[in-house]
Amino acid sequence: MSKIGKILPVALKTLFTKPSTEAYPYVKKLVEDDFRGKLEFNCDVCIGCNICTRVCPAKAITIEKVEGEEKKFKAIVHLDRCIYCAQCVDSCPKKALKTTQAFELAGFETGNMTVEV
Amino acid sequence: MGKVVVPVGPQHPALKEPEGFSLTLEGEKVVSATVRLGYNHRGIEKACEERTYTQNIYLIERICGICSHTHSTCFIQCVEELAGVEITSRAAYIRTLVGELERIHSHLLWLGVAGHEIGFDTLFMYSWRDRELVMDLLAMLTGNRVNYGINTIGGVRRDVSSEQIKDILKTVDKLEERTKYYIEVLTQETTIVQRLAGVGRLSKEDAIRLGAAGPTARAAGVKRDTRKDDPYAAYGEVPFEVITDQNSDVLGRGIVRVKELMESYKIIRYVLERLPEGELTVKVPKKIPAGEAISRYEAPRGEDVHYVKSNGTEMPERVKVRAPTLANLSSISHMLEGGYLADVPIIIAAIDPCFSCTDRMITVTDREKDSKSMLDWNKLRAYSIDWHKERGLDFSAISHLREDGR
Repeated sequence: MSKIGKILPVALKTLFTKPSTEAYPYVKKLVEDDFRGKLEFNCDVCIGCNICTRVCPAKAITIEKVEGEEKKFKAIVHLDRCIYCAQCVDSCPKKALKTTQAFELAGFETGNMTVEV
Repeated sequence: MGKVVVPVGPQHPALKEPEGFSLTLEGEKVVSATVRLGYNHRGIEKACEERTYTQNIYLIERICGICSHTHSTCFIQCVEELAGVEITSRAAYIRTLVGELERIHSHLLWLGVAGHEIGFDTLFMYSWRDRELVMDLLAMLTGNRVNYGINTIGGVRRDVSSEQIKDILKTVDKLEERTKYYIEVLTQETTIVQRLAGVGRLSKEDAIRLGAAGPTARAAGVKRDTRKDDPYAAYGEVPFEVITDQNSDVLGRGIVRVKELMESYKIIRYVLERLPEGELTVKVPKKIPAGEAISRYEAPRGEDVHYVKSNGTEMPERVKVRAPTLANLSSISHMLEGGYLADVPIIIAAIDPCFSCTDRMITVTDREKDSKSMLDWNKLRAYSIDWHKERGLDFSAISHLREDGR
């Protein structure tokens, strides 16, 4: 049994409903709480074991010693390489790394994509 | 009437990915068709050999943007078999849940693409609008809309909470209602039925002979589904039916896909009702014992096969992926023959192709010497530097910046 215009009633009804699309970037889309976005680093608990560097599939994170200070480390993240899998967060034995909801991380120059978090 | 050979692709407005088709036409009819692959080779299998098993999960997951859970689960099943571990039943249920949600989003995506290919963009807009519901569910469960990263060797990374279960069930009800409507549209709407019926025929015998997989085979009446034939994750315990159709044309492939959505909702409800308590992961050593393993997974497009060979270190010695599109490709040229030129885009779209998942290597044929050679990574790199040099761009001077080979 075939009908002409089976989809027509729905199409007409949809004319009077709100658009399904969102006006991004004017209206910001909220991401989930445990969204895997830009990394956050807690330098107070990091012990510099470098497990995060070893597990990273994209060679995106390195841990460096802070000059002139004992047992103090900083994390350098290549935002252009990071694939946001958050394996480093899972593997960190001291929970020094965590993901945030920041996702608008595009830039215009490759040189600017390496940041200290 | 003279024969005309029309090349379609590798870059063509009707195709979403680079692949080449050479169609011999007699008037409007396609007499013969040949498929040429290899325009989108990414070297993932080789790259796997230089990464640890944990790193490979994320690399393998990126073989395909749509069936990413398929590839990571299939790979991990191999690794778990080699390591001799059995995941907890809660982890298996969560894998099944994400796998079915992935199937729903993939089939709804296909429905939209099929609508678009036949010029029925209303259907395209509506099915993609409804697909957002399941994309939001995946984002809620795993943190991301695509490349979920839910799998880890020995289990899953994230748990499902009781509030999430309520949200999923609510959305699944909504989706089920919409899917019932799509089944009506697909089987009753005259424009669709008349456009798709009889297009791209593939008989049951041909489907078996050409090794078709997934909905392409099931639409030809072949009851072939890895979830039933070789159950993995929790499919052995979950009751569901394998949908087949006797139409053996593009319409049948569409009907099989939308009806499979209904089975997916059934599976999700069953899984959520009976989600067993337990740990999410079991411990797996970093070094995987030497050996080889093969695993199968029913992707939304058909059967996906992974092979992993381990040499006892942290990195695999060989990884081989057979994506479902490759299994369906040989039936494509058969389906195209005897059809019309205007039907070519929808026949190709009806196997739900994913060509970049399928491409494995680049073979260069020298017509004068009649010899064939393969390009490896270093040769490809040298070739690209020379290619740009001829056009006035010298990359060899800055190649030291990328010493890590990236």
